[in-house]
Amino acid sequence: MLTAVLLFLPLAAALLLHFTKGATARALALGASLLEFGLAVYAAFAFKSTGTAGFNLDYAWIPSAGINFHIGLDGLSLLLVLLTTFLVPLILLAAFRHKYDNPSAFYALVLFMQTGLLGVFMSLDAFLFYFFWEVALIPIYFLAGAWGGERRIAVTLKFFLYTVVGSLLMLAGFVYLYLQTGPAAGSLASHSSELSAFYNLKLSAAEQSWLFWLIFAAFAVKMPIFPFHTWQPDTYTEAPAPATMLLSGIMLKMGIYGTMRWLLPVVPLGVSQWGKLVIILSVIGIIYGAIIAIRQRDMKRLIAYSSLSHVGLMAAGVFSLTQIGLQGVVVQMLAHGVNVVGMFFVADAIERRTGTRFIPDLGGLTRRTPVLSVCFLVMLLSTVALPLTGGFVGEFLLLAGVYQYNAWVGAVAGLTIIFSAVYLLRMFQRVMLGPDSAFSETINDLTGGELLVLVPLIALVFWLGLFPGTFLHLSEPAVTNILALVGR
Amino acid sequence: MTSIILLSVFGILNLFLGFLRSNKVLLPGAMLLLLAVFGANLADWNVVHAPYFNNMLVVDNYTVAFTGIVLLTTIVLLPFSRSYVLSGETNLAEYYALLLFSLVGAIMMVGYDHLLMLFVGIEILSICMYVLAGSSKRDSRSNEAALKYFLMGAFATGILLFGIALLYGATGTFVLSQLATAVAAPANASLQPMLYIGILMMIIGIGFKVSAAPFHFWTPDVYEGTPTFFTAFMSTVVKTAGFAAFLKLLAVALPAAQGFWLPTIQAMCALTLLLGNVGAAAQTNTKRMLAYSSVSHAGYLLIGLVASKGVLTGDAANGIFFYSLAYSIATVAAFGVLKLVTEHRLRDDYASLNGLGKTNPLLAFTMTVAMLSLAGIPLTGGFFGKFFLLAAAAGQGYIGLVVFAVIMSMVGLYYYLRPIIAMYLRPVDGDATPVPVDGIQTVTLAVLALLTILLGIAPGFLSGIL
Repeated sequence: MLTAVLLFLPLAAALLLHFTKGATARALALGASLLEFGLAVYAAFAFKSTGTAGFNLDYAWIPSAGINFHIGLDGLSLLLVLLTTFLVPLILLAAFRHKYDNPSAFYALVLFMQTGLLGVFMSLDAFLFYFFWEVALIPIYFLAGAWGGERRIAVTLKFFLYTVVGSLLMLAGFVYLYLQTGPAAGSLASHSSELSAFYNLKLSAAEQSWLFWLIFAAFAVKMPIFPFHTWQPDTYTEAPAPATMLLSGIMLKMGIYGTMRWLLPVVPLGVSQWGKLVIILSVIGIIYGAIIAIRQRDMKRLIAYSSLSHVGLMAAGVFSLTQIGLQGVVVQMLAHGVNVVGMFFVADAIERRTGTRFIPDLGGLTRRTPVLSVCFLVMLLSTVALPLTGGFVGEFLLLAGVYQYNAWVGAVAGLTIIFSAVYLLRMFQRVMLGPDSAFSETINDLTGGELLVLVPLIALVFWLGLFPGTFLHLSEPAVTNILALVGR
Repeated sequence: MTSIILLSVFGILNLFLGFLRSNKVLLPGAMLLLLAVFGANLADWNVVHAPYFNNMLVVDNYTVAFTGIVLLTTIVLLPFSRSYVLSGETNLAEYYALLLFSLVGAIMMVGYDHLLMLFVGIEILSICMYVLAGSSKRDSRSNEAALKYFLMGAFATGILLFGIALLYGATGTFVLSQLATAVAAPANASLQPMLYIGILMMIIGIGFKVSAAPFHFWTPDVYEGTPTFFTAFMSTVVKTAGFAAFLKLLAVALPAAQGFWLPTIQAMCALTLLLGNVGAAAQTNTKRMLAYSSVSHAGYLLIGLVASKGVLTGDAANGIFFYSLAYSIATVAAFGVLKLVTEHRLRDDYASLNGLGKTNPLLAFTMTVAMLSLAGIPLTGGFFGKFFLLAAAAGQGYIGLVVFAVIMSMVGLYYYLRPIIAMYLRPVDGDATPVPVDGIQTVTLAVLALLTILLGIAPGFLSGIL
């Protein structure tokens, strides 16, 4: 029951938001998202980390086709649910800083999207998963399209077509798998789309070989992995700041989560056949994203390419198929979510004050904005993977995993840390320090409201950096399970 | 059967209502009559009736289900004829009567058990449609549409009748069940070529009615010229009834000739998907886009015919039923919104929808839901319609066709997003006053959007009823 409430509370709030305006709408949106976070925290305390999904909820959805409404939480899902519910109130707070027209619709779409995201992380049925996968896409399309920058129409159309084409291929793969299953126990239908039924399939190596690409297409686009990434920098740049935070902070994790839950254990032979290629692509992405990031002069674009580079390392970690690598992915998913949302928030704060995010136009901001400067630096150093921050723990485990897989690949992937130090510190130097600019005398420091967003993020950065065990402990049985299924 | 009798009586009654010279009673009158028929139709569910008129017509669950779709479609369509009521249209009673009579034809097409009944049904439906296509008498495009539709339609009917005659010649019977035996074990093997030509002719005749390629070429012009209200009727009721008849013909009478018609339908299906989707992507006019999209949906339904492999119940038949329902609801919503917008803004290209999200949130929302449903995005009935049909086809091993259909629905996304982009992402050009929508239309649009979403969230209760 708890999972159902978790899943549908944001949706209910989104529907209610349509009847509210102004301050009521804000209070309702924020209240619902905080309540949601509270529920997720409660779930985390009530959760027993055993490796199998807890809080199961299983109803026949389309009985004639053997499709069930089956949701549940294991350690991995729970962490992503926590991340989502933690970030959404902060993203809403960030959205309150902007004067959007029709704000209640904006908040409603964010909450609607939250339901989609949570559904993706909780589904234990292939069609339910696909369903929520697409549900999460619809609001972001409107968020980016209706409230975005100048080139928003072309950019969102491109984003939408990329992701839907990927999803349709995934659906085709799922339909094929579904048709291979036998009837579930106690079901009238001749097939079943349960996750467990997919896990039990005996597929030939040839089948798995092409199924791998059908299913992986959707995940690769969402992450995004080189060369499926071309939508990403444009969309991150054109979408309004809160939508970019949703995209980079949470939606990106859908791809990684999907790979771990729905790809690795379902087609293990396909993974062993193609995993090498994916790792090579990921490493190319790491280097490619980093090199382009160095050349960027738009803050948002720079962060977008940096995210591309970092997600490459996560993908490589997933396909290293090592316990330590996968655990690294889990921590890094959380750390990256926090870092990237923080970075985009800071970039947005600067843009709101100065009206520009063009790096050469900025400079010498730090004198009047010490607090902003410190927050920016913390987020940045966590992204660079400085020890004591969440980014360090994630990247360290990831690199250890990739190194176990292949020392050379590990060495090249390690460049991500050096590169990100180069472009991020350069950005910080140009924007916050550097020669004075037109804004260095007039700019105001962060307000209390803005700190309300950044302080929890910073707290989590250090928590992840100092006590990663809290989270690693939760995900460990789930990761062990996945690896056991891959190794079978 | 009750529904046919009621519709015929009500049609005549409606004509008498016209004598009152007050359009105000006509719309509620027609809606009430149709609701009564809808109820009478539902009452036939799971009731076993003896065949009527020497096996010419049967009323079984199949008939009731598809009749339900065409009646429901007409009921939710009627409120959009409000502007005819307000404009003091003098022929309104006749239009409504023609709609009611054409439904009689549609029900005959769904419930036939004898080829002549199929022919009579198609003719009743078509003749009404020819008249309605030309109902905007002073509009030359409407006249052109009517003439074009009539000439092409008469031609197609001729071919269909020719096919029926050849089938009779080869088998000596018109009754579906006897046809099936005769096709399976022909008394005279030398008549086999005649049988095949007959089947081909019938496929051409019905293919024309449901606008399947390569017999679809009339569709864009006729849809564009016909007044939008009747276009909506044409693209939903005619198509639903046509496919119900098509499936019945192939599954009940001709399963033994599968080796012949399966490849034919498969080829038609691929061609229809290709021409419909590519054609729609090239349009700049919303109505023409919807016309081509209706061709493409005929393609998806043809997948159902392929997957049925000559079985009248089961996954494929259920898929066709669900798809027809989801498609009809979404199409009525799309045409309904388009009609209201066109009447106010006096144009029907994509730009006419610009900024509708600001001026008329409800219209824009309904249109968006309809477009997403037609494109097959989850949360809408269209997704499950496509899913059921494609899963049925994949289950029968038609992987190639399924992959092609998936690629074509990616093309579909491109043009279904264009109205959404126009409504939400582009500012209004010109007249920024809201499009007037009255109470009953508001309710209907809300119901259509909700129905589409309901079919997309809880398809279970209708997905396996046949």
